[in-house]
Amino acid sequence: MTVNVNNRMADDARDDHDELGASEYHAHCHEHGIPHEHVHDGALPHASTQHEDAQYHHGHDHAHDSAHPHGYHLLQVENLGVGFTMYDPDAPFFRAKKIVKNVIEGLSVSVHEGEILAIVGASGSGKTLLADSIMGLFEPNATVTGTIWFDGESQNAESLARLRGNGISLVPQSVAHLDPLMRVGVQVEGIAKNGETADERRAKRERLFARYDLKPEVAQMYPHELSGGMARRVLLCCALMDEPRVIVADEPTPGLDLDLAVKALADFREFADEGNGVLLITHDIELALRVADRVAVFKDGTVVEETAVANFASPELLRHPFSRALWHALPEHGFCAEEAAAC
Amino acid sequence: MKDIFKHIVRLSLLLLAVSFVAFALVSISPIDPVQANVGQAAYISMGEEKRAQLEAYWGVGTPLWERYINWLSAFIQGDMGMSLRFNAPVSEVIATRAISSLALMLLAWVISGVLGFAMGVIAGAFRGRLVDRLIKGYCFVLASTPTFWLGRVFLMIFAVNLGWFPLGFSVPLGKSAADVTLLDAAHHIILPAFTLSVIGVANIALHTREKTIDVLESDYVRFARARGESSMQLVKRHGLRNLALPAITLQFASVSEIFGGSVLVEQVFSYPGLGQAAVTAGLGGDVALLAGIAVFSAAIVFSGNLIANILYGVIDPRMGKRKTSRLRCGSGDVEAASLAAVEGGDGR
Repeated sequence: MTVNVNNRMADDARDDHDELGASEYHAHCHEHGIPHEHVHDGALPHASTQHEDAQYHHGHDHAHDSAHPHGYHLLQVENLGVGFTMYDPDAPFFRAKKIVKNVIEGLSVSVHEGEILAIVGASGSGKTLLADSIMGLFEPNATVTGTIWFDGESQNAESLARLRGNGISLVPQSVAHLDPLMRVGVQVEGIAKNGETADERRAKRERLFARYDLKPEVAQMYPHELSGGMARRVLLCCALMDEPRVIVADEPTPGLDLDLAVKALADFREFADEGNGVLLITHDIELALRVADRVAVFKDGTVVEETAVANFASPELLRHPFSRALWHALPEHGFCAEEAAAC
Repeated sequence: MKDIFKHIVRLSLLLLAVSFVAFALVSISPIDPVQANVGQAAYISMGEEKRAQLEAYWGVGTPLWERYINWLSAFIQGDMGMSLRFNAPVSEVIATRAISSLALMLLAWVISGVLGFAMGVIAGAFRGRLVDRLIKGYCFVLASTPTFWLGRVFLMIFAVNLGWFPLGFSVPLGKSAADVTLLDAAHHIILPAFTLSVIGVANIALHTREKTIDVLESDYVRFARARGESSMQLVKRHGLRNLALPAITLQFASVSEIFGGSVLVEQVFSYPGLGQAAVTAGLGGDVALLAGIAVFSAAIVFSGNLIANILYGVIDPRMGKRKTSRLRCGSGDVEAASLAAVEGGDGR
């Protein structure tokens, strides 16, 4: 049932760990009295389809509208580890041995249908690696372990590669992620897949452009000619072309002014409300609290707390000291992260 | 319009500098042109009077400035002067030599460009795999191989041992010029062209490989991959498009290298081209011919770089609208430009 998302060698030690994780889930569903035969092949069983507000379960607190229509999460990442094989940087140059440096360890998050889950963490703390792991984009020297379920199916490296632009779509940070020498129109249309013709994709792209207020001329432009607002909508259209169930948005707002950022997030909200999921990776906790349903606090390569936005109303509702420190660091609570205790 | 004027000024300054350097080098060279050109025995048995006459003919003792100004004023009027060594107008010597030389260089240039680009893309796309290691190894070995040595090895293998190709020259010996067929010329050009391109391939393939890796690691390729494009689709849709610019820079910058290599290759294969004429002119103190060849080759290398510049504007949409758009200068441009400057070492 547990498949290693591992593009190189399986790390035995971590394999054991994963199996442990899986058996815990079996135990968990028995506790909730779910008969085993209800479990689909490869699907992670869930306690019940509805939860109380802010009910703690599966390692996370639920938001008001978090739901599991089929008894499982839309996207679930369990016990993700990402390590890089490299030469020991602390050892003397010629004696340096190859070591595995873990950047992400024991990370678990879940995205429900119809919700935006924000992963909040400092810039450069490895959040993008999470996005890469979900997209199945691995560096050659990376060892990725853990379990990822998408729409009730357990995934491996090959199936994650198949899901790229075919269930899970990425919205990148900036226009630098577009080919500078390719006109925007053809670029948004991308490659024809699943039996679509190029004409069908063009028609679809035109509909999306109309919906997002992009003039037809934009299709003839090159990426460097796009304004910040246009670029944002173009990148969103790239993702929506493939009619995904989950959008992974990797820092989609930096560089945008507040108005544009709010608009961008409103578009994600709309997408989620249609019954899809958004994994919003950001360093901007204020923005996250404004638009997301739930927030996962990312620190030192793992998620220390995954909780409903409502719980950020008061520090007592937060479980982890770091989340509380974050709460205290918010502008309306006086910016005093260091003296959190004193506040 | 303004650009054209700017290029003309640049070209004139370059040619002025190149021709002056040619003159200056000949004037400080220790070679006595009379001794170098009449032969040892004739020189010794020569009378004082005859020697003075020849020295006057070769311009020995005339100050550098005077000779240069004389040459320059004639050159501006369209007269490239007389080649003393070949006893013919310089323009005529260059014209006959240039045909065989340019054919050789063009062939080598096209082969090394196409082959180098293909090998570079393949190596870059399969980085770290066996095919990459083979191509890289081949390139490293060849990049560190002297052209003249490789030429001799090829001569030994293909001309002496296998007898497939002639030992040298651009046409068969003892055949009258009217009887020489295109096939004869082709038969003679293959080995020198092959030598020249085999060396040129290494440089182009290694540079293209680096560029391919850069492109494949770029954010836009990563995003395209995240959208479900396969490796082949990535190379086709984004790779070749973004590799075209550096490839063009490289290819036109390599004109100067092919030129330099042809001097050596022509020497080894006794191939009567410009390179060989340049060596003869330099060793014989034939300053008019040397300056003529230097100016001619500088003009060709300059036009190579100029063509690259013009093609840039045509291919890269970011270049044309530079003034109006909020351009964040792609690092590719800067890199390509500096690469061309380093490789070409002139024209910019």
